[in-house]
Parts: sequence; C-alpha cells; structure tokens
Amino acid sequence: MSEMVTLTIDGREVKAPVGSTVLEAARIAGIKIPTLCYLKDINEIGACRMCVVDVGARSLQAACVYPVSEGLKVVTNSPKVREARKVTLELILSNHDRKCLTCVRSENCELQKLAKELNVGDIRFEGQNNHLPIDDLSPSIVRDPNKCVLCRRCVSVCKNIQTVAAIDANERGFDTVIASPFNMALNDTPCVNCGQCINVCPVGALREKDNIDVVWDALSNPDLHVVVQTAPAVRVAIGEEFGLPIGTRCTGKMVAALKKLGFDKVFDTDTAADLTIMEEGTELIERIKNGGKLPLITSCSPGWIKFCEHNYPDLLDNLSSCKSPQNMFGAVLKSYYAKKMGIDPSKIFVVSVMPCTAKKFEIQRPELAATGYPDVDACITTRELARMIKEAGIDFNSLPDENFDDPMGEASGAGVIFGATGGVMEAALRTVVDILSGKDNDNIEYKEVRGVEGIKVAEVQVPGGMTIRAAVAHGLGNARKLLEQVRNGEEQYHFIEIMACPGGCVNGGGQPIQPASVRNTVDIRAERAKAIYSEDEALTIRKSHKNPRVMKIYEEYLEKPGSHKAHELLHTHYHSRENYPDECSRI
Amino acid sequence: MIYRSHVLVCGGTGCTSSKSMEIIKLMNELLRENNIENEVKVIHTGCFGLCEKGPIVVVYPEGATYSRVTLEDVKEIVEEHLVKGRIVKRLLLGDKDAEDVSKALEEVGFFKHQVRIALRNCGVINPENIEEYIARDGYRALGKVLTEMTPEQVIDVMKRSGLRGRGGAGFPTGLKWEFAAKAKGDQKYVCCNADEGDPGAFMDRSILEGDPHTVLEAMAIAGYAIGANQGYIYVRAEYPIAVNRLRVAIDQAREYGLLGKNIFGTDFSFDIDLRLGAGAFVCGEETALMTSIEGKRGEPRPRPPFPANKGLWQKPTILNNVETYANIPEIILKGPEWFASIGTEKSKGTKVFAVGGKIMNTGLVEIPMGTTIRQMIYDIGGGIPNGKKFKAVQTGGPSGGCIPAHLIDTPIDYDNLIALGSMMGSGGFIVMDEDTCMVDIAKFFLGFTVDESCGKCPPCRIGTKRMYEILDRITKGQGEDGDIEKLELLAKNISSSALCGLGQTAPNPILSTLRYFRDEYEAHIYEKRCPAGVCKELLRYVIDENKCKGCSLCARKCPVNAISGEVKKPYHIDAGKCIKCGACIESCKFGAISKMA
Repeated sequence: MSEMVTLTIDGREVKAPVGSTVLEAARIAGIKIPTLCYLKDINEIGACRMCVVDVGARSLQAACVYPVSEGLKVVTNSPKVREARKVTLELILSNHDRKCLTCVRSENCELQKLAKELNVGDIRFEGQNNHLPIDDLSPSIVRDPNKCVLCRRCVSVCKNIQTVAAIDANERGFDTVIASPFNMALNDTPCVNCGQCINVCPVGALREKDNIDVVWDALSNPDLHVVVQTAPAVRVAIGEEFGLPIGTRCTGKMVAALKKLGFDKVFDTDTAADLTIMEEGTELIERIKNGGKLPLITSCSPGWIKFCEHNYPDLLDNLSSCKSPQNMFGAVLKSYYAKKMGIDPSKIFVVSVMPCTAKKFEIQRPELAATGYPDVDACITTRELARMIKEAGIDFNSLPDENFDDPMGEASGAGVIFGATGGVMEAALRTVVDILSGKDNDNIEYKEVRGVEGIKVAEVQVPGGMTIRAAVAHGLGNARKLLEQVRNGEEQYHFIEIMACPGGCVNGGGQPIQPASVRNTVDIRAERAKAIYSEDEALTIRKSHKNPRVMKIYEEYLEKPGSHKAHELLHTHYHSRENYPDECSRI
Repeated sequence: MIYRSHVLVCGGTGCTSSKSMEIIKLMNELLRENNIENEVKVIHTGCFGLCEKGPIVVVYPEGATYSRVTLEDVKEIVEEHLVKGRIVKRLLLGDKDAEDVSKALEEVGFFKHQVRIALRNCGVINPENIEEYIARDGYRALGKVLTEMTPEQVIDVMKRSGLRGRGGAGFPTGLKWEFAAKAKGDQKYVCCNADEGDPGAFMDRSILEGDPHTVLEAMAIAGYAIGANQGYIYVRAEYPIAVNRLRVAIDQAREYGLLGKNIFGTDFSFDIDLRLGAGAFVCGEETALMTSIEGKRGEPRPRPPFPANKGLWQKPTILNNVETYANIPEIILKGPEWFASIGTEKSKGTKVFAVGGKIMNTGLVEIPMGTTIRQMIYDIGGGIPNGKKFKAVQTGGPSGGCIPAHLIDTPIDYDNLIALGSMMGSGGFIVMDEDTCMVDIAKFFLGFTVDESCGKCPPCRIGTKRMYEILDRITKGQGEDGDIEKLELLAKNISSSALCGLGQTAPNPILSTLRYFRDEYEAHIYEKRCPAGVCKELLRYVIDENKCKGCSLCARKCPVNAISGEVKKPYHIDAGKCIKCGACIESCKFGAISKMA
C-alpha cells in the first residue's frame, strides 16, 4: 500500500495516496467535482478550469492536477468556487456553436451535461463567435472547430498516445483553433484515421464521416443485393448505445436489427477473420521456412497500415500482404459468393459495420478492388448502425436473438477475438502451432498476449519444434516503441501484431462514446474485451482452420491458403506516403 | 596603448537606430584625417538611459556628454573638442556654461536621483570586450563564490540581501534558490528570462546590450548555489543586438575559462546556451518559457509542481530575469547588508523603470526602492509637457494598473503598488496627463492581453475577449446599464480562475481604473460622454460662430465634405458625415473649431 496523506475536503477528513490529485481524493470521499478537459491517463493539463477548488491559495486551483498534501484544506463548494465555474462555463458556451438539437452528440455531450449540472441559465457574456470552416474532406473524420471547446483531449491522444500529432493548437488567444499543421486538410496529413480523437472529444467537434444515407439508399434500391458484415468488436459495444452495460454481448440482437433494417444477408466478418488467419498463418510459416522477411507484422488495422506507410516505409515488406478481414470478405462476396448464388457482382452492395473510422478510408484504397469492383461499398461505424436502428424505430433491447445468415455466417472463436488486442496473435498461434506441430493442440489460450499492457511479448514453444517469438502492441505510441526496438535490432521477433487503437478494435474510433465520467473510473477496453473472450469461450470451434465454412471456400474456390487465386483476391500491397505533401488542400 | 581621450558612443538599440554606428565610423575617419587616431579611442557602449536625447556621445576625461548628436555634429566634436580641446557647448547635456561639465551632468535631475547597480556598467564599458567588464570587477564575484563560499553561504547572502525578482511577481530570489538547491535531481538548470514583453519596457534589453557579462556571471553564481551545470538564456529574437552581444560574451567567457569546465580551477563547471523566443508575451511566464525552451508551443502549465522541483525537462530549475541577475555580482562583492541598506523595509535595492508617456524625459532610470511617484515624475522625469495636469501613472504593464494623481506621494515598492491595485511588473512607468481617457487606457492594455493570451484556459481566452468587447462598446457610446457590473464579475472570476499569472492579472487595468475612475466609465455609459475627449464616437466637432471668419479652409481640408457654408459667414459641420479626424481643427487659423465631449 502506498503512503497516505490526510487532507480535508469540505470539512471532511480524507486519506489519499501520496501523489494523487485533489480530484482523486475527492472521488474517494464521494465528493463530485465537475471536469471538462480532464481525461484520466490521456489529458491531465488543468486547462479548462471547470474543476477549480479553493485550497487557500491566492487563486483557485484545478483539482485535476493539484497534488494532495498532508493537512491540505480544500473547499469544493463555496459561492466563490461555484461562481468561478459557472462564469467559466458561460464563457465557453458563449463561443460554442449551440445547435444542440441537431448535434450528433446531443444527449451524449459532456458540455451539455455540465451546463445542466451547473444550472446555467442565460449566457451573460455573449460576444463574437468563431465561424470557422468545417474540415470534412477526410473519408473518416469530420472536424467542426465551431463546436470545439479546446480541451485538447484530441491533441493529447493524437500526439501522446498515438504519436501521430496530426493536430495541435494553432494561432493563439481567442483565435486558438485545433488544426493540422499549416491548416492542411486532415486527409492530407499523416492522420491515420484511427478516430481516437472522436472517442475522447467531449462535444461534437469531432465525428465520423456519416455514410448512413449511402446505406439507406442501397437498401431501398430493388436492383441491389445488399449484404452486411459486422466486425467482432461491434457486437460487444453496440448495446451501450441502447443503455446496456459496457461489455454486454448483443450478437443476436444486432443480427436481428440488421435483418429488420432490410439487409438481404447478414454475415459475420469473423468468417473472413478465419480466412485471414489461414492466409497470414501460411505466410508466416512460409517466411520462417524459406528465410523470408521477419518479423511478419499483421495488416488488419488500417490505421496501423497508414501509420506504417508514413513513418516506417522501410518496414513495408514486413507487413503481411493479407488484406484486412473487411476487404477479404468483400472480395470473397463479390467473387465466390456471387458465383455460388448466381448474382452479378455489380449488383452486390457490400456494407461493413466496423468499430473503426479508418476502415472508411481503407475501402477507398484503389488497390482494394479485386473483382474490378470495390471490395466494400460502404462502411459504417457501430455508432452509425445504432443511429440507423433508432431512426428505423427498432426497439433494440427487446429484439429476439437471431443468427447470421448462411453461407458466410459461421466463424470460429479465433475470428471473434480479433476484436481485442492480442486477438489476431492468439488466433494465429492457435493455427500456426497446430500446423507446425502437425497435431491438434489442446492448449489454445495464449493469455500472455491478452490484456491492456502496452507491449506484450510471448515465446511460444511449438510441440517438438521451434520457439515462436511474438510481440503485440496496441496504440500507435506503443507500436512505435516496439518498432524502434525491432529497427535497431534490440529485439527480434517472428511475428508482431499491431492494432492502431489502444485496446484494439473494442476501443476503435467508431465505437460508442463513453464520457470521461465513465472512462475515468472504468477501463472500457478491458470490459469490452471480456465480452469478446466470453464469446470465444462459448463457441465449440475456436480455431480458424477448423471452421468448416472456411475450409469449404478453399475447397470450392480458393484451392488452398496462399494459392494464386487467394493472392489475387485476398492479398494487397502498400506504398510509402509523404508526411507533408506539396500538393494538399487547405482548410 | 594609452589614449589621451576616450569617446563613448551609445550602442543601445535607441541610439543605434538614430545612427550611432555611423557616428562611430565617421568619427574614426575624422580622427585619422586629423592624425589623432592614436590619441583618441572611440568605444561603443551600452545604453546611458536617456534615450529620448540620443544619440549620446561622452568624451572623457572631461566627461562632456553630448546629446542628440547628428552626423553633421561629428566634425565639430572632433575638430573643436578632440583637436583643440574646446568643449562644444551647444551639444552639451546639462548646464552648458558650467565650469565642470561632468559635475554639471550629475546635477541633471534625470541622473541625480539615480542609483545605478543593475545598470552600473551600461554606458560605461564596451559590452563586446570582456576585459572592460573584468576591469570593472567583473567575474570577481564568481571567483569569490567559487573559492571562498559554500553554496549554502551564497544562498544565505542572497536571502539576507532581500533581493526580490525584478521580473514581475517579486518573489525573494534567495528563497527560490534555496528551494532549487534542496530539490533532489541528477540534473538542474539555471534559466534567464530575457523575454522582456511588457509594452514600453526595455531595461533587460539595455542590460544585455550594455553589460551582458553581468548576466553570465550571475547565472554561474546561481548554478554554483543550486548545483546546476547548465544555463539557458531565453531571449527574444526581436533583440538582435542583445542576442549578438550575448553570443560574443559567451564566446569570450568560454575563451577566458569563465564558462565551461572547472571554472577558476575548481570542480565547478557551468555553461550557457541561448534560446531565441519568437516574441510571445506569455513566454515570459516561467512555465511557458520552459515549455518553449523544450521546443513545444509556449503555454503555461499548472503549478505545482513548481519549477524549483520540476522545471525545464522536469528537472529542478530556477528562473530569474535579467535585471535580477544584474544585481547579484554587486551583492556578492559589496555584501548583503549594503544592498539591504538601500530601499524600503520589504523592497530592497533599486529598480529600473522605463519611463514613458506624457513626460519630458523618457528613458531608463534606476532608482532606489521607496522613491515616490512624485520624484519620478517631476525630479527625474522633468514633469508633464505642455503644462498639462498629471492624471495617473500606469505601472506593471498589462498586468498592472493605473495609480491616480492623488496618490502621487506613494513611495514605489512592491507592496505599495500591489496595495494600490497595480504592481511593479518589470518596471513600465507610463505617465498620463489630463487628456487621457481611462476607459480607453484600460481597453488598450486589455487589447494587448487579448492578443497575447495563449488560448489554453477559457477565463483568459474568452473572458478577456468579452471584457474587451464590453469596453469597446462603452468607448463607442454603446455602453449599457449593467456593463460595469459585468466587467467586475468577469474580472473577479478571471483573476480567481485563470491558469497562469498572465490571465490572473489581465483584469488589473480594468479593476484599477474602475477603482479610481469609475465616474469616467459612468460618463461614457450613462451620459455618452468621454470626459477626456478621447473616444471618437463620443465627440462632436463644432465651429464657434463667433470665431469663424468664413475662410472656407476647413471645408476644403475636410476629407469627407462634412463642412459647408458661405464664404465670410460661419461654417457648419454635419455631424452625420464627420469622421472626427481632426483635420479641420488643425487647419483653422482662428481656433474656431473644437471637440465637444
């Protein structure tokens, strides 16, 4: 137990660990202090002044950064403190685009909630408002600086957690604006479209590029055969949009809702995840056996792929040539499935529901059109799906469970766990170890690669064979650390899994947004991951190469993993990207 | 070589921009022409302080001080004074007929009341020659500290001297050093704040230009006291002469072994690097300055942790400003008791002020703490021009406030100024006469803060903007009942909740003018009248029918054709068209046009 100090908050004695803040101590005492810019572990800068308290100093202090000390006397609820908070909040609101009724974050807005909690009535300090252009040129992320409250959470997550630093404060004073360097359009910057900025934004200043209308249009077009695929992380998070606890598995309800929305077929991206394991596992074994380029690095995360193209062009050959499951699935649907069902691939419209905003960028890559048509036609996030369900008047929580459609609705537990950090690695190990050892191994849970530790390393002994050195990184800051070790030869691995988002897809940029009040006390990554692993445990088939549907696809169409046909449809290539291109759009 | 005469030419920024470098060049040419280049030595020095009278040229051994010297005057100085030994009386500063010109100069009020400690070498030595600094006891304090004193003793001397930070807040320097000395850390830093940003203040620039070594020496002393081996000077890039002289000084000090490894043969090593600031006012705030040195956007961070524990790169760091450092070698050499004997009970020593505004002698003055505002304005400053009445003095720059005429006998020190709602700041001293509108002044200073706010915290970012908007409305005749109360509410809460000192003190110009000149605000708001006749929108230009001769000149000068009439009959101004530019008033030969408040 760490050393404790005793302080007084609002006349109550509180014991708090040395090094903790007044905000944390107040929480221990059950005293609520309002916050806005603060987000645990991500943004602790004392900027917004909403959490000011009186510690007896000349000025009020921000509780989120003020350290506790022995004998400290804190007042959190005096007229002076309340007035200061209210004036500050009114000032923020006085330069905020208050179109709450039509804001994507209405009812899930931390600013709106604060205004209510602090009993703000009239704004007493109206004045000039900033009217800045909205950057909607990115296929993934829309930035509306007129709603921005300059809390800097997005800056911090982009710069400190992801080490991308595509945005920061430009200008100063009243003109301060969060923007890209030289006001470049986000789409032209090294932004990787991970959308972590959206997830941390307390207001509606950052949101996903909305593709709902495209999907509605396709659904109402009688000429199109509209199929939908859903990524593993969507099912363990979508319930949050309907008030269910974090980590509720809603697979059946989600499938039922998609069917109600009118999709012709509801498929599971996990099936393609199994396919990915077959291809990537084969690639790994071949590289190990034939002295190919190692470590092999996973390619499922489009945010990571773009990060690599910008920052590690020298490692592009290390990337697995496998498309992500989303695009593998699209390619299979427009070839194998089209042929099997006798549908003209031009009439198949593939919608993907992803926990991810980078997937929206990914489907636009020109090289991802194996059949001559884009592998995937429209990509919506978990949040957009929830909005569609609400718009359609579907009572999600009372839906009976339904199953994915045949023939592409069957997946193994290995496919499911793709949704959490370490999942692709674990899924691959389940298959690769079986293939290398030539037997069906019972030990299939590789717990050393699970969990929210930033970089995880595992040495896996293949029965009667080699030891596979594997590493897993999630969050691009961790990826950068790991790759620097690889680059300078400090560490050597056979196989590396990298996911752009901290926690992996369960915490993707397209997932339901949990406010700081939740994120400060609950690790949503861990809660959602638990649901993923319980889904895996509930399945009888837990290895990709045991998925009969996948075996059938090879048998009927692709021949074998790594075949010419498989390469044509399921593999891709990468290219380096400039960080600051000469030609770019300015906002 | 021994010279019979020395000519000191000011090489500060003010005199340089009025061609002092050309004066030096021309003088050297003329000395050669007269074959006395081996008898007379021309030296460019730092600032003498009386910038308004520059360029300044001083000829020794007589101590004849020539002011406003032009290139045309140089020939006369050379041929009359330097060749023939006849002082050029018409150029003299001070009593032109005095027998002893040097003594006469001392009697000039501007110099008479000054006690120059921080500025002791400015205008005396060539700042680009370390030997001249050494000849004036330079680096002797560092030698004494390193060879005779322990770090604890140095800190004790600093504490006993009573020296307080000259950068604004007036924190006791010795205490600051003690905190950093006691802080645990494998690496510590000494920083110098040379990011002088208050409008009108230029004492730090003057010291850096005139006596850069004193800053280097003091920083090394600080390094020894707290256990640091690296110093950084954060200096504005807009001070090119200061930057250059610092570079020269650092190179020379390294060459002489006064910076670098094992200084004076001791175990103590210390070096200094420069970091150039881009001129953001907020980078004068200590945490923002350190953030900027780290290469990040210059924004303050919350304290605690204080820099003494976690400063530059999270290491224990002290930051003092240029003027503070400039006092330190003298304190070491002459002792803390000597220093503490100057000044008031809680404000020891001297303070340099940049005197400006509606006053005869503008420039830099170093006065003992406790000098009254009256002495500053009338004895040193020479009074208010044009026989106008003194109305107020603004001290402390944008963080300070206005002190009204009835408090003119207040002795200037840290605590008195704070008590009056202003502050010492870095030493801005802007004098205002009866023609100054206090609402307009508050708006001017607030406008500065609005521009310079970093934008990190909403009270400063948005609050100062909103206060400015209210002031702007008031000065335009659009003030409303309740505006004063709104200003007070905002001011109170911005002071209490802004993140850094810049924001917390931003309302001071409003609070102090409201405190002493509330009636002026009320006149603007309720009577739509600017009593000082400054706020354009509240003025009316009128022609006095009795004085107007109907010459039509004003009508012809008016750029917007707002004036009309028949020749030889009184003219009239159409208030709807008038843009209040004042061209008519200037043109009227009969004084018939005036501004009505």
